[in-house]
Amino acid sequence: MNFDYSDDQKFLKDEARKFLEANCSTAKVRKVLDDDAKAYDEALWAAVAAQGWLGAAIPEEYGGLGLGHIELCAIAEELGRVVAPIPFASTVYVLAEAVMLAGTEAQKKALLPKIAAGEVIGCLATSEGPGVTTAGNLQASVSGGKLSGTKLPVTDGDIATHAVVLAKEGGQPGLFLADLSAGVTREPLATLDPTRDAAKLVFDGAPAERLGGAGEGFALLEQVLDRAAVLMAFEQTGGADRCLEMAKAYALERYAFGRVIASYQAIKHKLADIYVKNELARSNAYYGAWALNTGAPELPVAASAARIAASEAFWFAAKENIQTHGGIGFTWEVDAHLYYRRSRQLALVAGAPRVWKERLVSQLERRNIAA
Amino acid sequence: MDFNDSPEEAAYRAQVRAWLEQNAPKTGVGMDDMEGGSKDTMAASKAWQAKKAAAGYACITWPKEWGGPGGNPVQQVIFNQEEARHPVPPNPFQIGLGMCVPTVMAFADADTKTRFVGPALRGEEIWCQLFSEPSGGSDVAAARTRAVKAPDGSGDWIIDGQKVWTTGAQFSNFGIVVVRTDPEAPKHKGLTMFWVDMSDPGIEVRPIHQMSGGSGFNEVFFTGVRVPDSQRLGAVNDGWRVSLVTLMNERLAVGGPSGASWSQFLEAARDITGLDGAPAIKDRALREKLADWYVATEGLKHTRNRTMTALSRGQTPGPESSIGKVVSALQMQDLANSAVEMLDQFGIINDPALSPLGGAFHMSLMSAPGLRIAGGTDEILKNIIAERVLGLPGDIRVDKDVAFKDLPTGR
Repeated sequence: MNFDYSDDQKFLKDEARKFLEANCSTAKVRKVLDDDAKAYDEALWAAVAAQGWLGAAIPEEYGGLGLGHIELCAIAEELGRVVAPIPFASTVYVLAEAVMLAGTEAQKKALLPKIAAGEVIGCLATSEGPGVTTAGNLQASVSGGKLSGTKLPVTDGDIATHAVVLAKEGGQPGLFLADLSAGVTREPLATLDPTRDAAKLVFDGAPAERLGGAGEGFALLEQVLDRAAVLMAFEQTGGADRCLEMAKAYALERYAFGRVIASYQAIKHKLADIYVKNELARSNAYYGAWALNTGAPELPVAASAARIAASEAFWFAAKENIQTHGGIGFTWEVDAHLYYRRSRQLALVAGAPRVWKERLVSQLERRNIAA
Repeated sequence: MDFNDSPEEAAYRAQVRAWLEQNAPKTGVGMDDMEGGSKDTMAASKAWQAKKAAAGYACITWPKEWGGPGGNPVQQVIFNQEEARHPVPPNPFQIGLGMCVPTVMAFADADTKTRFVGPALRGEEIWCQLFSEPSGGSDVAAARTRAVKAPDGSGDWIIDGQKVWTTGAQFSNFGIVVVRTDPEAPKHKGLTMFWVDMSDPGIEVRPIHQMSGGSGFNEVFFTGVRVPDSQRLGAVNDGWRVSLVTLMNERLAVGGPSGASWSQFLEAARDITGLDGAPAIKDRALREKLADWYVATEGLKHTRNRTMTALSRGQTPGPESSIGKVVSALQMQDLANSAVEMLDQFGIINDPALSPLGGAFHMSLMSAPGLRIAGGTDEILKNIIAERVLGLPGDIRVDKDVAFKDLPTGR
């Protein structure tokens, strides 16, 4: 049994933590939060690219480090801990994964080295309005290699160079790779988590190439999201662990009624509940990482479980961290709301947990029959 | 990251598999909730334990001097995993071998150890743990059962009082008992541990009729039970420290999956009519619950895999193993109740002949309250996570420095 990071992976993770403690303090995160004009931390993005993290799971022949997905998971966990204000998920978990999964050789050669170098920013453009996007309500369309339609919200849509887009072609849903250098207008959106900006993208003839087969858009999107979900689960787990640390530290120094609040059972049990959810999330995330790294057929089930557990854990930890802090936790100056915001961003950006629960049970139904 | 055995582990697993294939029983005997068997299954249990001991598969981590093969914890886990694939009889030896005998090994003299360890290992003698009392379950140190020096100057002790929730007392040959020896001292400083012969005429075992209908637990009454001082485990009035050694082993012994599973729920829901005449499995509310149960079940399974990984790498497992029962017991109750509610009016029937899965959901429903209490209540387990894992302070204690006899007791 070898169900944990290896020593080398732990070393990489420790180094990532040190690097981010030095380069991504919450003071830096707040520069993006408080400045509407600032979409992300460009200096951090460049530094992360220089570390090679953007290409951690990209094969060496395409300019990456060729390490593997477990290493990328370790990095993701550390990015989640510090609520890094960079388009890492959009670029690495979505764009790079989509290209590696379904891109042509030419697309891989064109994009992957640039992703690894930090010269490209990706985004996921599937949603078109409130509620779940389905084959029935999908409006965006591609004709003659030109994309038209409106997508919102698109996380990092205001800064992205390329988009993974769900659109119809000849009435059939497909997944497309759009170049955002022309034929698109962008409108910034106010979001729950301003450290991760989003935009409304209006396409009017943006060049788009199909990824995968005609009519396979939703199936391929699910495969891309399975991969992204595992990686995001590590960010969520890292964020949830940080919330527990914050709550614990505060509970140990805050006095009420003559003693530290950490000595009250109501607080102790609350923190124990956070710990339990965080451990369940971590264990499910590890299984997702294993499935992702080995290309196991269990990936869709493992990714769903990882996403559900991590979304629940991060939400619970983020809200109860504020609660543990009491009034001060509700202020702008305490960092607790950065995590509350990020927990919502991560839980929704690749599809809400209830969508994943339905996907999971559908798969379990089929698997149980097959078994 | 993978689930593979190391070459040594794989070799051990193959050896265990081959041995079980040859030796494990082919058909099972009945199980009741939390009993570790009944009178009818005892012979089969003892025979299986003897077979395991002879082959070096009982108490795999015990050193050779005590009859174990001197193996490592991973080998024990591998054996447990493989054994669970066979219909082996109930295990009434777990508490004795997991908690009582290790306490004897830690605190008794050489003769006592020589006398008891082997027979316990081979399943010839069964041990029970006499800790809980009517006045204290979670608060073990509140024990009121007394031991006083015999007036004849022999140095013997006379024990009087009552223990409760003693698993397997009805089958046990011996027990370890924690008793009050100094009521003038604060509660933790006036306790002493002894081992006792359960066949003593002053010991009376009465089964508890549980709300689930079963009787796995007992009340044990001590009336003028005389024990020589040589049966003392640890120093006089040092029984609390001794009992902590016993209890440290308890939480490792309890846990793992129990009761009806998410998978059984899913299968049952295919065949039961739900809202609007559709199968209950189409009910979105139930599907969300199924997803949650699956995720928690998988989370616990992979948490065990993480613990196993630490053992396999020769490391001490992290504190994550402490979450098992607090998650699984509550989930068992919730899942069972949802299953019963899914049956609508039919859910009130509790009859293995009529209820789905031979009444498995109903049995889980009625035994879950006990599982949430046995081996540490949900509340105590959360205290343990908060204090030992997260390092939060203990509760303010009003009973620490007060003579035991002066503590308020309520009922």
